[in-house]
Amino acid sequence: MRGAVTLLRGDTQADRVVPPTGITARLTVFTAAAMAFLAVFALALSLAAGRLADRWGEELARSATLRISAPEGQMAEQTRAALRLLETTPGVAGARALAPEEQRALLEPWLGPDLPLDTLPVPQLIEIIETEEGYDAAGLRLRLAAEVPGAVLDDHTRWRRPLVQAADRLRLLGWVSIALIGAAVAAMITLAAQAALAANAQVIAVLRLVGARDVYIARAFVRRFTLRTLTGAAVGTAFGMIAVAALPGGGSGEDSFLTGLGFRGWHWLAPLLVPPLAAVVAFWATRAAAGRTLRALT
Amino acid sequence: MIELDGVGYSYGGGELLQDISLAITPGSFHFLTGPSGAGKTTFLKLCYGALQPSAGRLRIFETDVTAMSRDAIALARRRIGVVHQDCQFLDHLPVMENVALPLTVSGQGGGAAQQDLHELLNWVGLTERATALPPELSGGERQRAALARAVIMSPDVILADEPTGNVDWEMSERLLQLLVELNRLGKAVMVATHDLALIRAAKHHVQARVVRIAGGRLQAAGADL
Repeated sequence: MRGAVTLLRGDTQADRVVPPTGITARLTVFTAAAMAFLAVFALALSLAAGRLADRWGEELARSATLRISAPEGQMAEQTRAALRLLETTPGVAGARALAPEEQRALLEPWLGPDLPLDTLPVPQLIEIIETEEGYDAAGLRLRLAAEVPGAVLDDHTRWRRPLVQAADRLRLLGWVSIALIGAAVAAMITLAAQAALAANAQVIAVLRLVGARDVYIARAFVRRFTLRTLTGAAVGTAFGMIAVAALPGGGSGEDSFLTGLGFRGWHWLAPLLVPPLAAVVAFWATRAAAGRTLRALT
Repeated sequence: MIELDGVGYSYGGGELLQDISLAITPGSFHFLTGPSGAGKTTFLKLCYGALQPSAGRLRIFETDVTAMSRDAIALARRRIGVVHQDCQFLDHLPVMENVALPLTVSGQGGGAAQQDLHELLNWVGLTERATALPPELSGGERQRAALARAVIMSPDVILADEPTGNVDWEMSERLLQLLVELNRLGKAVMVATHDLALIRAAKHHVQARVVRIAGGRLQAAGADL
């Protein structure tokens, strides 16, 4: 902590010892800004994917659908039998048969608004809401097979799992992207620092000649690259947050993945970590590069 | 302060220096002579820890140089003032800041040090050139500035590598006078030079020992002055 304060406070005399490096400084700031901008987007992607995975996982895991396909005369009887059976099934919080209007609404996106439901052999759907503990799907299927032969239980597992998996992978991809961006920043700073150290070999030789310790020489470079990266990353993060806020539908609900891409609530604080983290990466990258270079000198 | 005992130095498969033994003691004054390429600069670099001996034993301020960390060598260099032939300045800093560089890197650039700095610049006759950049200085001015930088920490030892190599005779005598003054203050001085006239001129002012490097070995060069 003391080291960080000393680093930020700086030493104006020590700073003057290493000559300014013009284009390297501007490129470092620009690259840090670009990387921070990308990091903010990766963060938004990861957090949005995480929210979707959680939502899909929770909502779909708590519900199931019972589909009853029976001849016209037996549909009502099998529906009642199924509802009675569900009422006595442990782990089922509630069950209700969907009204014809609800079933029509479900089919409307595929078959159009004027659907003559009465004339079609549409199965009766029963929505099942689970308790926290959940029910025994295998046991319920066995009982249904015995008492309601036309019933098919769909506990959403088949299609819920790949969706949740996809969202989880997307979240992971976002974090991997952030890690890669961090590694790229470290690599970029290392290259820039090594170039700066090589360009200042004569300066370093003079400093060593007059009794400068490695830590003194390294600090001049470390401070410079850390502050440049911090500045660039702050600018890039600001632009990234503005861009995320300006995404279409970014401020509304999460009806779809695309309109839900962005930050919600406290997640808006997360991008603020990007500049200090970039500065930490730059600090260690420059320190390592300076250490290696200086150890190679007499 | 600096003791060499059978020191050798090899580079690229060749032996540049062999079996060198010499002690630089407080108040001593040495001239190191020899033809160009004989190894005078290498010898001086060994003395301030810029090179490690490949044979023998070298002690700097009572410590074996092979046992010294990089930090320890840096700290030892604050007690050894070095004047390079090419001076080695930071060209983007004015003379005053270049001379004060040893104070800056050791965190001693305070108010009292500033007073010492001005006195030192006056001593070497560079007060008027304090704000000039090194490339703007003449050869003699650069050498005097290098000498001022070498002594600003009041070192115990001053090692000068061809300090009069790029200056006229008048300036050579002036630099010699400055080195003699420092020696009278108790500083050990070693001057590497092939300028025999300078060595002869010194005999009027100081009791010096002359050693010569030839064929990689150190020899006594006739009678000491």
